[in-house]
Amino acid sequence: MALFLVTANRLSDGLVVFLDPSGGWTTALAGARVIAPDELAAALAHGKAQHDARIVVEPYEIETTVEAGVPVPVRLRERIRAAGPTVPYGEAEFEARVAAQSGTP
Amino acid sequence: MYRYDEFDQDFVAARVAQFRDQVERRVSGALTEDQFKPLRLMNGVYLQLHAYMLRIAIPYGTLDARQMRMLAHIARTYDRGYGHFTTRQNIQFNWPALSQIPDILAELASVEMHAIQTSGNCIRNVTADHFAGVAADEVADPRPYAEILRQWSSLHPEFVFLPRKFKVAVTGAERDRAAIQVHDIGLHLKKDENGRPGFAVYVGGGQGRTPMIAKKIRDFLPEEDLLSYCEAVLRVYNLSGRRDNKYKARIKILVHETGEEEIRRQVEEEWERIRRGALKLPQGEVERIRAYFDLPPSVRPREDGAAALAAARAADPEFDAWVRQNTVPHRVAGHVAATVSLKPIGGTPGDATAAQMDAVADLAERYGHDELRVSHEQNLVLPHVAEADLKAVYDELVSAGLATANAGLITDIIACPGLDYCALANARSIPIAQRLSDRFGDAARQREIGELKIKISGCINACGHHHVGHIGILGVEKKGEEFYQITLGGSGAEDASIGEIVGRGFSTEEIVDAVETVVDTYLAQRTGPDESFLAAYRRLGQAPFKEALYGAA
Ligand code: SF4
Repeated sequence: MALFLVTANRLSDGLVVFLDPSGGWTTALAGARVIAPDELAAALAHGKAQHDARIVVEPYEIETTVEAGVPVPVRLRERIRAAGPTVPYGEAEFEARVAAQSGTP
Repeated sequence: MYRYDEFDQDFVAARVAQFRDQVERRVSGALTEDQFKPLRLMNGVYLQLHAYMLRIAIPYGTLDARQMRMLAHIARTYDRGYGHFTTRQNIQFNWPALSQIPDILAELASVEMHAIQTSGNCIRNVTADHFAGVAADEVADPRPYAEILRQWSSLHPEFVFLPRKFKVAVTGAERDRAAIQVHDIGLHLKKDENGRPGFAVYVGGGQGRTPMIAKKIRDFLPEEDLLSYCEAVLRVYNLSGRRDNKYKARIKILVHETGEEEIRRQVEEEWERIRRGALKLPQGEVERIRAYFDLPPSVRPREDGAAALAAARAADPEFDAWVRQNTVPHRVAGHVAATVSLKPIGGTPGDATAAQMDAVADLAERYGHDELRVSHEQNLVLPHVAEADLKAVYDELVSAGLATANAGLITDIIACPGLDYCALANARSIPIAQRLSDRFGDAARQREIGELKIKISGCINACGHHHVGHIGILGVEKKGEEFYQITLGGSGAEDASIGEIVGRGFSTEEIVDAVETVVDTYLAQRTGPDESFLAAYRRLGQAPFKEALYGAA
């Protein structure tokens, strides 16, 4: 059976959020509500209401699996969206490169 | 450098106030997302894969130390400590909160910067040769004209809702470093037999889904007619460009479907109607704008640096390699223009941390006559450095992690943000660029390979310019997996060409080896080190590369 999450971006800061079991939003995939197909329409309707209430922007559903109790979105795009860039950035990238060049871990 | 006049200052300030009000109304519910979206886009605010993204214009890629410091301050205060310089000589911040963007715009306005027209179906930031005003091979500095175009196109009411975005690029040199033939309008500044300045006008170039090399519709347009002619082009496009299909809405499609002759006729006809009107450039005004771009008076011929430079080069082979690769002659004796590579081996192309931006701003102030450039190849440039100061500049760049000696080499890769950041992406670009950079990072090997431009896009929109890469890489999605298609033989320079797809795509695991196969094939088949990759490809054609990649047919 296909399983779903409802995801959106938070209006105020744009960060990726997932609908949680209490009807609020979480930035942590582990806290997302995993939705069965027969519950999806109601969850999306709630998302739409939250869009109208200016909490989030343009919610939509994504397909997911669950591994070790944690949702893992099916599409790579959504996995990256949930976890952030797959490459280090900013100072972290700079420091990783310096460490690599000097041979330290 | 150009300085805002009262008009510029007022309109930018008014725009900040307007956007602040729009954000407040969005948050309070007076504006819906549908109403707000076009407003935020007009101010450079996108909603990307992870967060909002703010794109800030750097007109024709020129900025001063104060402005670079402001970018560093914004990175540190409002973002995650870094920014990404783009192929349109702009900078993007990847994590700003919507509620803080009006403050960011107000800070930018205080240093004569903004994000207006960095998005939407309007005339975008005008780009130019990053060695403008400096290059020894230049007829004249193209930036005064880019500035005139900026003033004309900013908030131009007739061109706010074009069928699609519109990009103009200008070069003043025979060697095209601004990729003018893949722009909606490309302008090549030159002089006629009487020494009068004017432009060859190219129209209808572009990349994306349907890449096209622009058509030259006029060989010489006198300087004073620049605006009336561009206005005529825009009018023809605005009237006849397709609005029914987003993918066919760029002027390149109009030029292609209408035909070069007919487009020329329509433009000339419209131009004939308006050329004697208000848009004719008064000579005094051109001179006034040109004066802003005069070389800083402190850049004077110097003879004191050559001996010290030679000695420093002899003593430090890495410095010597950097000078050879990352500096070009300046038109004032005793100076060079130095490329500050944003392509460290294994790094993210075009990214700079706040500390690095500050370091470059310091160098510009101390040794660079307060001027900086952003290149469309996603590097920075210190355009006026005395030979006498070069070693000191280099040492500081080493400390800041900015001294990679790879300008124009195989690791000087252009890559778009791809699926790591971009909501439209099909595949990641940055990790591929990083792995290629690691694979070819050895300094001697890079030098042996010579000039080779790899350009990577994460989808067919081609922000990473893959169509004009000597080796282009396009990320696609196939059955949920990332795949990469290789194109060969593209060029964005004066010998512009669109790269040809070589065959089926490669998986993430295969792509780096595949590029190495292409490079090895070139090395084995070139007539000698003087034959560049592009020249060899044009001589040999696709066959040997195809065979090396896929085996004999
Ligand atoms: S080419 Fe595609 S993936 Fe890359 S930045 Fe442009 S739209 Fe995004």
